[in-house]
Amino acid sequence: MARLLVMYAHPGQRFSRANAAMAKVARGVEGITFVDLYARYPRFDIDVDAEQARLLEHDVILFQFPLFWYSTPSLVKEWQDLVLEHGFAYGHGGTALAGKTLMLALTAAGPQDAYTATGYQHFALRTFLTPLEQTANLCRMRFAPPYVLYAALRAARDGGIEPHAKGYGRLLNAIRDDRFDFDAAAGQDILTHASPLIPGEP
Amino acid sequence: MQDILILTFVFLVAGVAAVPVASRLGLGSVLGYLIAGIVISPLLVAFGVDVVSIQHFAEFGVVMMLFLVGLELDPKTLWEMRHRLLGLGGLQVAGTAGVIMVGAMMLGQPWSVALAIGLVLALSSTAIVLQTLQEKGLMKSDGGQGGFSILLAQDIAVIPMLALIPLLAMPDLMDLAGTGVEAHGPAADTVTEAATSNHDGAAEPGFMDQFAGWQQALITIGAIAAVVVGGSVLTRPLFRFVAQAKLRELFTAAALMMVVGIAALMTVVGLSPALGTFLAGVVLANSEYRHELESDIDPFKGLLLGLFFITVGASIDFGLLAENVVSVVGLTLLLILTKATVLYVLAMVFRIEGADRWLMALGLAQAGEFGFVLLSFTVASSVIPQSVADQLLLIVALSMLLTPGLFILFDKVIAPKYAADQSREPDEIDARGTIIIAGHGRFGGIVNRMLRNAGYTTVVLDHSSAQLEMLRTFGFRVFFGDATRPDLLHAAGIEEARMLVVAIDDRDHATELVRYVTNTYPHVATVARARDRNHVYELYAAGCRQIMRETFDSSVRAGRSALEVLGMHPFEAERMARDFVTDDRQALIHLATLYNSDIPIHENEAYVAKAKELMAEQEAALKGEAKAFSSRTERGWLPPSIDEVKSQDT
Repeated sequence: MARLLVMYAHPGQRFSRANAAMAKVARGVEGITFVDLYARYPRFDIDVDAEQARLLEHDVILFQFPLFWYSTPSLVKEWQDLVLEHGFAYGHGGTALAGKTLMLALTAAGPQDAYTATGYQHFALRTFLTPLEQTANLCRMRFAPPYVLYAALRAARDGGIEPHAKGYGRLLNAIRDDRFDFDAAAGQDILTHASPLIPGEP
Repeated sequence: MQDILILTFVFLVAGVAAVPVASRLGLGSVLGYLIAGIVISPLLVAFGVDVVSIQHFAEFGVVMMLFLVGLELDPKTLWEMRHRLLGLGGLQVAGTAGVIMVGAMMLGQPWSVALAIGLVLALSSTAIVLQTLQEKGLMKSDGGQGGFSILLAQDIAVIPMLALIPLLAMPDLMDLAGTGVEAHGPAADTVTEAATSNHDGAAEPGFMDQFAGWQQALITIGAIAAVVVGGSVLTRPLFRFVAQAKLRELFTAAALMMVVGIAALMTVVGLSPALGTFLAGVVLANSEYRHELESDIDPFKGLLLGLFFITVGASIDFGLLAENVVSVVGLTLLLILTKATVLYVLAMVFRIEGADRWLMALGLAQAGEFGFVLLSFTVASSVIPQSVADQLLLIVALSMLLTPGLFILFDKVIAPKYAADQSREPDEIDARGTIIIAGHGRFGGIVNRMLRNAGYTTVVLDHSSAQLEMLRTFGFRVFFGDATRPDLLHAAGIEEARMLVVAIDDRDHATELVRYVTNTYPHVATVARARDRNHVYELYAAGCRQIMRETFDSSVRAGRSALEVLGMHPFEAERMARDFVTDDRQALIHLATLYNSDIPIHENEAYVAKAKELMAEQEAALKGEAKAFSSRTERGWLPPSIDEVKSQDT
């Protein structure tokens, strides 16, 4: 059993649809750790020691968040700045996270074709995620392909949220049970609920 | 009774009229008092006033002054001064006395008279020097410290002098002794009285005479021990007991009782009362009642010293001066020159540099009030003939009269020369930047802890002695007293403070304190605790801009917790709380600028109008009509509508 930590970060949860549905599913998965970062640190006073201790107790660290301005919500950046200390996560003697896996589950308002050279976002989604990918590299962690919902706002109207949330549940279960093949996933750009690597409906 | 009232009035008028003029002209208060004394002296003669007896009474101001100086010096500092005290002070007394003795012998005095004159004139005026040094803020300078060491050593030296002088008695003067005592009978100074009783058979037998020498020594040591032990052990319970009565004047009475009591005890055992109270002051220097004692005794000291200086001015016998003007003025200048030279050489030896060397040399170049005491004692002991003593008395008074002139010379000519070379240490400025916290209860206590954690020096004033007792045990520097009293604020160093935190319970006192400090010391920042909204307005009008409602922050946190318990996401509750605080503060500032303490709120039209406008805004927000805080809370996290997204997609 892989020890899975889901860190959920959404500052405006009352208005969330996709992430709220995903969080609801994640909360229901047994045998994993689920943390609502904005509820834990509403005043941004992050307990660095407690966060580091929690990282040590898990193998897979998964951040779930809506993409804000091509990045994470600000509390996740604050968390990175404080928790991923020199000597702990990177640098001299900083091997605490070596061998663990960093994974993202994010929602984007723009559709998939916007995240291309000719689309209005001009770059691929993975390009925007390279700071996080390199963070994983520097911490000697494996960076797994992200689980993505494009056009998240439209999905609420088109019924796209439910399958995405269910797929998220299957993904979390598979990771927990060591049934998710990270090596095979390494070749993927992104994962969705329809990806072959995500287990089918039970 | 009538006479006393008229006399008191004359003295007060003289002081009140002369001192402000002298201060404005930059001459210092001492010269003002001296001139006032000279001016009223014909009046005093007309009234038949015994100036000398008033002078001896006023000398108690010196006793109080040394008590206050002691309060400023903790035992550790005093111990660090010991080399200067003994070396510098001892050499000054011995050296000056020796040089003057040789000079007097050259002028034809017998050696015994010359020695007595040397001893009398070696002493400087503690009253004038300390008063002037404090007034000019030079007490902490190297020259000031050196001068203080010498003055303290002189005070100690008086005791052996009183023992030595009767041994110099000349047989042919003995017959005149009775008249001498007669003439200065009521003038019997505390010091003289004790000493006389030991050595002069004519005086009534003193308390100490019934004991053998070794017993006297034991009693003396016991008295000193009583002052030290009593000062450190008994004062705290005593003042706590007095403080419980919550009567201001009772505390003053207790402080006076202590000073007078110690002076009396010292007198009985034949020690200098000034030295005894100085010792008591040193013992109490670390006490939480220090500032309270300072501000209680200070007015008495000031008045008595003022009276003393007036009597010095008034006692100058211009008739005698006119007869011997050349010799008296010449000898006075010679005396000042001699004393200054000895001091200058000693300052060089003890490595007091630059302007400080001149300060010490010129500042202590006069003869002092102990000179008066010793002179009447020498006459009484048949050591110096009356005629010589009269001239010496004139020289002593004249040298004191000239001292303010020497200080002005120092200020205007010497100090500026050295000012350029003196680079100021940054440490000095830091040490001054203390923070005064008025009120150390639940509110001020937190502020104090935070400031101290950040490394700031705080001076805490509180009028609850129980509270102070508790804080003392935790090693805080706290002082007993009512912070709303200007004199206590002064004693706590408000002039040099960076900030005043007003955390006292009484709202009106707090407002008054803020008003006083922002008006009198505009450079001192104020942070004030407000009881409620109206108190905020009052404090704002009083000039404070950092105002904290005492329960506001905790109430907001309680509101936030309530929202969380009701199921609101903690981050949303946090944002709502922040917006609430921002809006409320904004409204408060608006209303505070419109508030006028002279107009009741319901009659203040501008205030009422603004309050109505703010209420309307809030109501609109509740109905979701306006962009007040509820919508601002949501702004940013509210996703765009699907139509807005669509238009961008294409």
